[in-house]
Amino acid sequence: MSIGQGIGRRRVLQGAAAGLAGAAIGTGAARAAGKLTVGFIYVGSETDYGYNQAHAEGAKAVRAMPGVSVVQQAKVPETVAVANTMGSMINLDGATLLFPTSFGYFDPYVLKAAKANKKVTFMHCGGLWKAGEPTNAHSYFGYIDEAVYVSGIVAGHMTKTKKFGFIAAKPIPQVLRNINAFTLAAQSVDPSITTQVIFTGDWFMPVREAEATNSLADQGVDVITCHVDSPKVVMETAEKRGLFTCGYHTNQAVLAPKGYLTGAEWNWPHVYPDFVTAIMAGKTLPNMIRGGFKDGFVRNSAYNAIVPDAARKQADAVRAKFTAGDVVIFKGPLKDNKGKIVIPAGTTMGERDVALESMNYLVAGVSGSTS
Amino acid sequence: MDTRIRLARAADGVLPPLLAILATLVLFAGFLAAAGADPFQAYGLIWLGGFGTWFSWQNTLTRAAPLLLTALCMALPAQLGLVIIGAEGAFVLGGLAAVAAGLPLAAAGVPPLLVDLAMAVAGILVGGGLIAGCGALRHWRGVNETISSLLIAYISIAVMNQLVEGPLRDPTSLNRPATPTLPDAIMLGNIPGTSIHVGLIAGLVFCVLAWILIFRTTLGFAARIVGGNARAGRVAGLPVGRLILIVTFLGGAAAGLAGMIEVAAVQGAASADLAAGYGYTGILVAFLARQNPLAIIPVSVLIGGIDAADGLLQQRLGLSDATIPVLRGLLFLILLASESLRGRLLLPIPRLRILPGAPRAAKPGVDPTGIGPA
Repeated sequence: MSIGQGIGRRRVLQGAAAGLAGAAIGTGAARAAGKLTVGFIYVGSETDYGYNQAHAEGAKAVRAMPGVSVVQQAKVPETVAVANTMGSMINLDGATLLFPTSFGYFDPYVLKAAKANKKVTFMHCGGLWKAGEPTNAHSYFGYIDEAVYVSGIVAGHMTKTKKFGFIAAKPIPQVLRNINAFTLAAQSVDPSITTQVIFTGDWFMPVREAEATNSLADQGVDVITCHVDSPKVVMETAEKRGLFTCGYHTNQAVLAPKGYLTGAEWNWPHVYPDFVTAIMAGKTLPNMIRGGFKDGFVRNSAYNAIVPDAARKQADAVRAKFTAGDVVIFKGPLKDNKGKIVIPAGTTMGERDVALESMNYLVAGVSGSTS
Repeated sequence: MDTRIRLARAADGVLPPLLAILATLVLFAGFLAAAGADPFQAYGLIWLGGFGTWFSWQNTLTRAAPLLLTALCMALPAQLGLVIIGAEGAFVLGGLAAVAAGLPLAAAGVPPLLVDLAMAVAGILVGGGLIAGCGALRHWRGVNETISSLLIAYISIAVMNQLVEGPLRDPTSLNRPATPTLPDAIMLGNIPGTSIHVGLIAGLVFCVLAWILIFRTTLGFAARIVGGNARAGRVAGLPVGRLILIVTFLGGAAAGLAGMIEVAAVQGAASADLAAGYGYTGILVAFLARQNPLAIIPVSVLIGGIDAADGLLQQRLGLSDATIPVLRGLLFLILLASESLRGRLLLPIPRLRILPGAPRAAKPGVDPTGIGPA
């Protein structure tokens, strides 16, 4: 194997590379001199109108900060590819702060990279860090079910058929929590509202998402929302069918200008510059970081002009209560859609309650199955 | 054989792909310029990211490792004239079977080496069985093997997802369904002094073995005869059905083993992330290597290097993530088109019939026998 031939060969290769590229390419270290280089890694396209775009918008806000340069790479699968991408950002670009933004990057790739690169800070999106894992690895996540709840209030005011459609990737706790929050919010406006859920089976299934949207429209649903990586197809299809929509991850109003009521968005452009400022000031961030409205982690898209005042007022009031920290979405008595009591009367589960992290039920009024 | 003939033949084999790569680079430079990037700077970065430093080489080789094996899943059956594109399925289910076999054995305290061996056998049997199934359907039921292997890949991914989210799920893997993680003792390590896992060695060994099998054994010879003309093979008394079963099994076994290596050396557990496209990229590699097991090695490294360079193009030049797929697509198309150049390049290829001293071929219209039509 030629790689075994050591330094001499490597030097030659480097020389060739430099010769080819001329002065345009320096080494990462030289390029980043005196600057903090921050690397962002996305699992999908940074223009997906969804999960990855939300992170890319955060990266854009970081790029605008003085003394910071940003490198980014999109469509990096949750395989050894992400290990290599992190390595490339550290070794070739001189990055010392990385944002690997996909859930599945953490174990084992971020953990291994954090062990091997003690001077690099890893900010992973997903909320997975456990005691005993490397302290230069951090994991954060937002209580976006709060923003979904506010969307649900608006949708509850707008619906005429009292039937919602929810297109979701997989029946995992995070997703179930959003479906339940959306439904409970709507039921707080009108208890007769029901939600039909369709699981597509994976995070990016444009064809199946479009089919699901059409089939929900045929069933008389008049509000559609979703929890998939790229809500683009769902929003566009629903708009064509004349339905109301609530966005997810980021603002999709341009895709569905008529029916887009509001949406639950990640507020990474607010959060990321804060992280970077703290790190540049030499502060140590907690290893596990969580936040909702109160901490500015989530927000709602601007209301569509068609949303009436009554809906706006109630939604704004609920959001104000979330910000003040005195509203609880999941409280007893709460029944699942099979009639079983999942939270007994008198019990409240606040946003930080860990029991919610293993949610495995759909609340009464949701039709769909968790398995 | 005459050295001149050997040289000319080698040139006829090597020149078309080289010309194709050159043409791709020129066309892609146009694409880069249209995208607003300096092509020379971009090529400099592709070189740097793929091959320019020791880190780049390790990056490239870790990406090449699974491709060596998944490409064999296409290249071996291709010797029989079968177009099998189901490596992704064999990879995914091979990986899953390996985890399913490894977890209980590790829990029972079986020595790590034996557990790894059992996992490899499980991956090989499941991957091989899957693709041999496509071969059997082809031979005994006349089902087009390309379609059946493509569909079986989709089915395999669905089955894997179902099992990983159901019976094989680690109950603590809440938001990202996965099987329990293999204990560290079971995990295959890296090649000492590198960040490249030992799967690379397995891939290299298998490519060499596959080449020997195809070009230096009776089985390989028989397979190539059947690939050239199945009916003639049958007339010559070759066991066509058995050959198809054996060779498709070996192809699937390579992809299944790649799946086992992926879980045992990289991912540590089976999850939806197993379906990362290694099987499909293997098709590209096998085609570019013209189904030659030895040629798979440099082609895998080339593709691995191009993929490794993706990062720098996005990071330094702000090019879209679609840029590298465009390069891969161009390369694939032009290489396939270049096949038509084979034997038509203006090379001084001497024909066997016109070796010095041999009688010249007769001119058309002249009856060489002098007997004339009956």
